[in-house]
Amino acid sequence: MIPAPFAYVRPTTIDEALQAVADGGEDVKIMAGGQSLIPVMRLRLAAPETVVDLGRVTELRGVRDDGDAIVIGAMTTHHDVLVDPLVAQHAPLIAEATETVADRQVRARGTFGGALAHADPAGDLPAVALALDAEFVVAGPGGARRTVPAADFFVDYLTTALGEGELLVEVRIPKLAGQWGMHYEKFTRVAQAWPIVAVAAVVRRENGAIAEARIGLTNMGPTPLRASAAEAALAGAAATPDGIAAAARSAAEGTSPSSDLNAQADYRQHLAQVLTRRAVTAAAGL
Amino acid sequence: MTQINVRVDGVSYSDDVEPRTLLVHHLREQLGKVGTVVGCDTSNCGACTVHLDGVAVKSCTVLAVQADGSEVTTIEGLAQNGTLHPMQKAFHDSHGLQCGFCTPGMIMASIDLLTENPSPSETEIREGIEGNLCRCTGYQNIVRAVQQAAAEMSGTQDRTVGNGHVSLAVVDTAAAPHVAGAQS
Amino acid sequence: MTMVEEPATTAPAREVGQSRKRKEDARLITGKTTWTDNMVLPGMLHLAVVRSPVAHAKIANVDVSAAQQAPGVIAVFTGRDFAEEQGSIPCAWPVTPDMVNPGHPSIAVEEVNHVGEAVAVIAARSKAAAMDAVELVDVDYDQLPVVLDMEAAVAEEADLCHDHVESNESFAFVFDAGEAGTGVDTEQVFADAEVVVSRRFVQQRLIPAFMEPRAVVVQPQGDNYTMWSSTQVPHILRLMLAMVTGTPEHKLRVIAPDVGGGFGGKLQVTPEEVISLLVAKRLGKPVKWAETRSESLMSAHHGRDQIQYIDIAADREGNVKGLRCRILSDMGAYLRLVSPGIPILGAFMYVGIYKFPAYRFECRGVFTNKTPTDAYRGAGRPEATFAIERIMDELAVELDMDPLELRRKNWIGAEEFPFTTAAGLEYDSGDYEGATQQALQLLGYDELREEQRRRRESNDPVQLGIGFSTFTEMCGLAPSRVLGSLSYGAGGWEHASIRMLPTGKVEVVTGSSAHGQGHETAWSQLVADELGVPFEDVEVLHGDTSISPRGLDTYGSRSLVVGGAAVVNAAAKVVAKARKVAAHLLEASEDDLEFANGSFAVRGTPGATKSIQEIALATFAAHDFPEGVEPSIDADATFDPVNFSFPHGTHVCAMEVDTETGRVEIRKYACVDDVGTIVNPLIVEGQVHGGLAQGIAQALYEEAVYDADGNLTTGTFVDYLVPSAADLPHFETGHTVHPAPGNPIGAKGIGEAGCIASTPAVVNAALDAVRHLGVSDIRMPLTPERVWRAIHQGGDGGDRATAGTNAYGGAQTETTAGVATDASALGGDR
Repeated sequence: MIPAPFAYVRPTTIDEALQAVADGGEDVKIMAGGQSLIPVMRLRLAAPETVVDLGRVTELRGVRDDGDAIVIGAMTTHHDVLVDPLVAQHAPLIAEATETVADRQVRARGTFGGALAHADPAGDLPAVALALDAEFVVAGPGGARRTVPAADFFVDYLTTALGEGELLVEVRIPKLAGQWGMHYEKFTRVAQAWPIVAVAAVVRRENGAIAEARIGLTNMGPTPLRASAAEAALAGAAATPDGIAAAARSAAEGTSPSSDLNAQADYRQHLAQVLTRRAVTAAAGL
Repeated sequence: MTQINVRVDGVSYSDDVEPRTLLVHHLREQLGKVGTVVGCDTSNCGACTVHLDGVAVKSCTVLAVQADGSEVTTIEGLAQNGTLHPMQKAFHDSHGLQCGFCTPGMIMASIDLLTENPSPSETEIREGIEGNLCRCTGYQNIVRAVQQAAAEMSGTQDRTVGNGHVSLAVVDTAAAPHVAGAQS
Repeated sequence: MTMVEEPATTAPAREVGQSRKRKEDARLITGKTTWTDNMVLPGMLHLAVVRSPVAHAKIANVDVSAAQQAPGVIAVFTGRDFAEEQGSIPCAWPVTPDMVNPGHPSIAVEEVNHVGEAVAVIAARSKAAAMDAVELVDVDYDQLPVVLDMEAAVAEEADLCHDHVESNESFAFVFDAGEAGTGVDTEQVFADAEVVVSRRFVQQRLIPAFMEPRAVVVQPQGDNYTMWSSTQVPHILRLMLAMVTGTPEHKLRVIAPDVGGGFGGKLQVTPEEVISLLVAKRLGKPVKWAETRSESLMSAHHGRDQIQYIDIAADREGNVKGLRCRILSDMGAYLRLVSPGIPILGAFMYVGIYKFPAYRFECRGVFTNKTPTDAYRGAGRPEATFAIERIMDELAVELDMDPLELRRKNWIGAEEFPFTTAAGLEYDSGDYEGATQQALQLLGYDELREEQRRRRESNDPVQLGIGFSTFTEMCGLAPSRVLGSLSYGAGGWEHASIRMLPTGKVEVVTGSSAHGQGHETAWSQLVADELGVPFEDVEVLHGDTSISPRGLDTYGSRSLVVGGAAVVNAAAKVVAKARKVAAHLLEASEDDLEFANGSFAVRGTPGATKSIQEIALATFAAHDFPEGVEPSIDADATFDPVNFSFPHGTHVCAMEVDTETGRVEIRKYACVDDVGTIVNPLIVEGQVHGGLAQGIAQALYEEAVYDADGNLTTGTFVDYLVPSAADLPHFETGHTVHPAPGNPIGAKGIGEAGCIASTPAVVNAALDAVRHLGVSDIRMPLTPERVWRAIHQGGDGGDRATAGTNAYGGAQTETTAGVATDASALGGDR
């Protein structure tokens, strides 16, 4: 298939990009790596009038150290995230999840920011961003910046807090202090598929107990979710297989997963519990 | 129409393209690079894999305009000075292809894998080519081919010459001498 | 008399048996290929097909005016435009005299009967213009009830798939061993049986999913038409196009250039081939149609899709007494080339390798509002093998016997060949015990059984199971007389000719039509041996009806067994003709000539030799030729086998099952196949691997799923799961060799064995892992969800939800819109 015709704009700065988006009117789509947008346009499920390609906005690429956080540019490719030393040091969970995204060709083009702004509940990175309490830096018309916490960023199915004319610029990942462990547990039928369910766990241990756990759930509802009940049950729980297993049983509370070819809702909820147990166990170093 | 300049397999081309033209269609239809093929609509099969500025991408999921100013290598540009790339030779030696439709993409992806990981394990090879579907081989001989190429390219076999390329004559069975067992 | 011993001359090793690397590869690994879609002709128009988004409806109106006015569009045609000349897509296999064939227009005229059926075709100056115009064709559909479920379709008062036929049943085919005289009375056997086990198995619908999407190019030249098509069957296609469209056969040339896989999926005369020919005729311009993957998945024919009710009767000691099979086989909306014949090809294989005294097979062909089914790798035989190998395991459980012991007790002994089964087939050769012993060793059977015991005792969340498939299949389609007795519309012979060129090079023309099998290499090996010429001196020509005028093409593991045999026989005729010339040139009697290593020598006269390549030149010159002999040593041969060949083997799968998630993972897979004489071990091994991948994929991954409205929700490779390298195991393979007596090569056929054998081995292994948890069946594919449900909720895992995944915002098919909304923020990345 071939996409429907569209006008193409290729800005080289954030300001130019914002202007292009503003000029593009209502039916404008921002293209990051294009690894979801182009297939959707080929299938003619999307037919924007204008595509604003961020591929040449170099200031959106790269990872930098910003003191209490690392900052990942929205247009940093999955591949570049994977090999980045700051990510490896401060947020290995991101690398672990990114490694499972699609395949190497897609990871060469697909971007960190694009995957988050796409807000696919089956995408690997949104739940990871949630679990790491990431902050989304958004540029608006005229260049105004605002910061949206991960908890507020994912609004609905494929829908984020990004308003009309806004652009995701970078994502701040707060550095974690203390003894933290992380793990991404993904469940798929075939290697390159989206997860049926996945769990991103970030766990702080203290004196043999779990002091704090943050758990992001992939594909358990129209948006990525935090497993709040399980997090609460884990806080202060013994870092033992039984302690974790008991807490993980509440991982599916408050979720509303869809039913599709790969899983019906009740099975997804079951998987969320099993995978949460496994993810937390691994993150806790057990 | 947008004008783009792309260097493909060592030749520079300047063309006007519609923004919606996919890189693979530009290669096939405007430049006649029909060695690269399209196998799906959803970026799953990898048959269209080429190297864009040295990195494997699915050319059905890249717009031709995005390749403006870039260097593209396709399966047709791998053999140099009449000698095959070691990966091409390895696919032949190991019977890593049957119908051959996935082969261009499979070879390009496999080369990309070795660039990053010169001596992958069997599991790493299987995961490294997860974005390329083959319906004929069951993959076992493809894995074998990548292992052979990895060995040749890292110089652990003395058959490697120069940059690892081997003579086209090695694969051209019609030109090989008829010595019993020579090919086995 | 003292004789000096002559040094032992080393005869050149025979080509047959050598792992020759393939001649085909040179172009395929360098991108110098000739796929049909590569073809560009001056003035060529591009076609795009408008397809029905509904499964069953009357076509109230088709408005093409907007499309006709779209930029670049040359013409738009609907079914009405071609109603007089398009005829019906042919069905060459009326399996019963009263089989109902509703007729199959290439473009729907009055009614659409499945999603994806063609309703109009656009001809435009570019592919993009044609695709853009598809969206401008406005079709009004008056929707009709949709028939999707086979069991409901054959119930009383069912809605009709076609309202101009009386029921949804196309045919009812019966084979009864008692009536055929090949067995005893089946009903009596079951009435008297000590043990009867009955099961209902579901063969899910599959999609062949060849990697090269189909493409067609037609070039009109006066009243001649040349068609390039990515087909397995150029010869059959030419004949059928002539019959369907009335184009004289001798005015049609069909070329299958490089073809990227088929697996039965390109054994077809497709609506798009007919449409392309009709448009080219109407416009007098060359045209090309090249499908997208989503088009391919919804409109190229599907495979399998049966419900099997299997009863097995035995005594308490485990001696099988009878087998009764009742099959519902989904034809889809129409009958295509051999749709009805697919389950019938399996009819004679359900008894497998076992000595059943009684056997009865009944099959009903059923219409549903889905894409038509037809051949897919194995075609009828995988279904049969699955049923018998699964029910043998169920019987073993019922009898509390080891599944291998039960098989051993009942299979045909090596000393009993040839053996005529209750289905009336005469199995040619083999040794089931020998293959089984080797397979067990390859697997490391005893250690894995021990590990299974340990895991079971420790209640490990990951359980281990071992599954068997001891199978045979019939290959070498087919003896023409047998096909005639089954009412098939053609014979099963194959043709070859050999042309000896003046320089001594050899052209081999074969009626087989390779699309990945390596005929150019294997046929060269055969001819090199037969003529004693170098492998490199042989060129194999195929896939063009002008170059290869007679042929029945490639499917059913027939090419080597039938087509290769024709090549060998043609070579023998060349040698016989050359012998006369050699005798003349050497001034010797033909009887005094020996032919070896490519040369004729006069017995007892050292040095008096003529090579067959020298004779080729002498024949070209014809200056000095024997009296009354025509100056040619070229020869043709047509081989019609007298029997099928019967590859067999033992496949063993070890499977891990995560009982917490239901995820299954093959731990180890070992198989030993007997395919008779092996011409090229490298190619045979490749065929085994590829077959295993597809058979395993049926067990674990693939299923064409329709929603309640008849939309194919597995409409892209996002949801139709063709496994990648990371999803399949390493295979341990071995061989035994019992040559086939029915052809001069001794080969039995290898194209389908891996696909036929592996599926039940995988399912049996998964069941063996969780049988102690109360699971007795899991429906294919063994999705984690189904396995989990079977373990924790009982039953066979049940139906899957039919919605596609929400990948890419709910991308399903081109006709079922995704759930992306204006408000959604599409534009990112995975």
